[in-house]
Amino acid sequence: MGEPQQIIPTEKSDLVGAVAQLLAEGYRLVQIGCSTLESAYELNYSFDKEYRFKNLRITVTPGEEVPSISAVYPNAFLYENEIHDLFGIIIRNINIDYRGTLYRTAVKTPFSVENVKLPEPPKQKADATAQSKDKEKQQTETTEGKKEQKE
Amino acid sequence: MAHKNVIPFGPQHPVLPEPIHFDLVTEDERIVDAIPSISYVHRGLERLIEKRDFVDFVHVADRICGLCSFMHSMGYCQAVEEIMGIEVPERALYLRTIWAELSRIHSHIFWLGVAADAFGFESLFMQSLRLREVILDIFEATTGARVILGVCKVGGVRRDIDAETLKGIVQRLAALKKDLDELCSVFINDYSIKHRLAGVGYISQQDAYTLGCVGPMARASGLSMDMRTLGYAAYKHLDVEPMVESGGDCYARCLVRIRETFHSIELIRQAAGKIPEGPVELKVKGAPNGEYFSRVEQPRGEVIHYAKGNGSRFLQRFRVRVPTFSNIPAMIKVLKGSEVADVPNIILTLDPCISCTER
Repeated sequence: MGEPQQIIPTEKSDLVGAVAQLLAEGYRLVQIGCSTLESAYELNYSFDKEYRFKNLRITVTPGEEVPSISAVYPNAFLYENEIHDLFGIIIRNINIDYRGTLYRTAVKTPFSVENVKLPEPPKQKADATAQSKDKEKQQTETTEGKKEQKE
Repeated sequence: MAHKNVIPFGPQHPVLPEPIHFDLVTEDERIVDAIPSISYVHRGLERLIEKRDFVDFVHVADRICGLCSFMHSMGYCQAVEEIMGIEVPERALYLRTIWAELSRIHSHIFWLGVAADAFGFESLFMQSLRLREVILDIFEATTGARVILGVCKVGGVRRDIDAETLKGIVQRLAALKKDLDELCSVFINDYSIKHRLAGVGYISQQDAYTLGCVGPMARASGLSMDMRTLGYAAYKHLDVEPMVESGGDCYARCLVRIRETFHSIELIRQAAGKIPEGPVELKVKGAPNGEYFSRVEQPRGEVIHYAKGNGSRFLQRFRVRVPTFSNIPAMIKVLKGSEVADVPNIILTLDPCISCTER
């Protein structure tokens, strides 16, 4: 099976400190990714050192500002500009700030909470059984009603 | 003090097969700053995940790029398989490895040709593309396609390669190796090529690491970093060795790709010798519920396919971090301080794939 991966939930206020700690330990920044949740965003900061893969995860609400880590890892600026342009998250003090011009998209912030419709999770079995029973009951009632009408 | 000028480079330029733009701030002939600009042809493939069943989405992943098509579908499948706990049949893993290494050879030979074209060595470009045809023919014979292979699927692969064909592939690659020896000796020894590439576009080992370089660009600066050593697919059974050079310049990047091409031929020979009998696919039941970062070594370096699902047939999120995106910060660093005449060579030796970047 695949490599072990560590995901560490982190407070937004601790982010820059934790990232600086990883730099001091010799980790490289692999990527910064973002996912849209129901009414929030999840940011994953991925690092690697000698094939040990570690992620710091912060969750922010729409409109909430996030500190830039580009002062610690200079290559973070591209990821941060990307997240700003695609998700609409405001990231403060990026070392090279494109101010929303890195991506030319037809829809502004296409991955924002307003634009993304998350897939419905599958219904639980118990719910599904109850629903099918309701459906059967409804069908029986309708058939009986029709029979009565005919008579 | 020299006057500062801004020279626009790209998005359309003879050495750029795909659109990327740089504003080169120059003082006389020396570049003092470079501001990149991408997204001329951004396709928004990541959001297609909302409309495609996770099993069908592999066809979209396949189309992210023409040169590393197979690697994208393999990375995506690996992520989904990992979330679902699918044990892919061993034979399928070997077949994936063989197609992945063929893709690497095809991409590197193509790069050698394009690089030769960039520094004006037209005949070398023609010879490179002629040799690349061998790989495309193998693709066609084994998958039915030459560019977008479409053979990877969640749970295995769509096609098998019989023992006779595998033997034939190994023989054809042995013949290709002889031709490549001749071709590569020109790249390695030719005076004019050395003159254009050696000492140009230098990036130190420290800069390569802190700026997030991956693939041949990192290895040419002395970083021994190759995701194949993680042992995904069948690499755990093969003698994978990262090809490392210490020069850090355009010439070193060229050498790394040449050595990797020969190494890939050797890996295919090993895989063909060790491939076990058995099924090539597994029936997939259920839907992914969880998340995983799949890491694969593409011809241009480490690529990440992140998939997140909630148990439905449609994934919540699919993200690709391509190697070119990771190499752009280093590209800016390398361009600063270089001569305007060296810009095409520097950009080409980083082998940017804008098709991947504009996923």
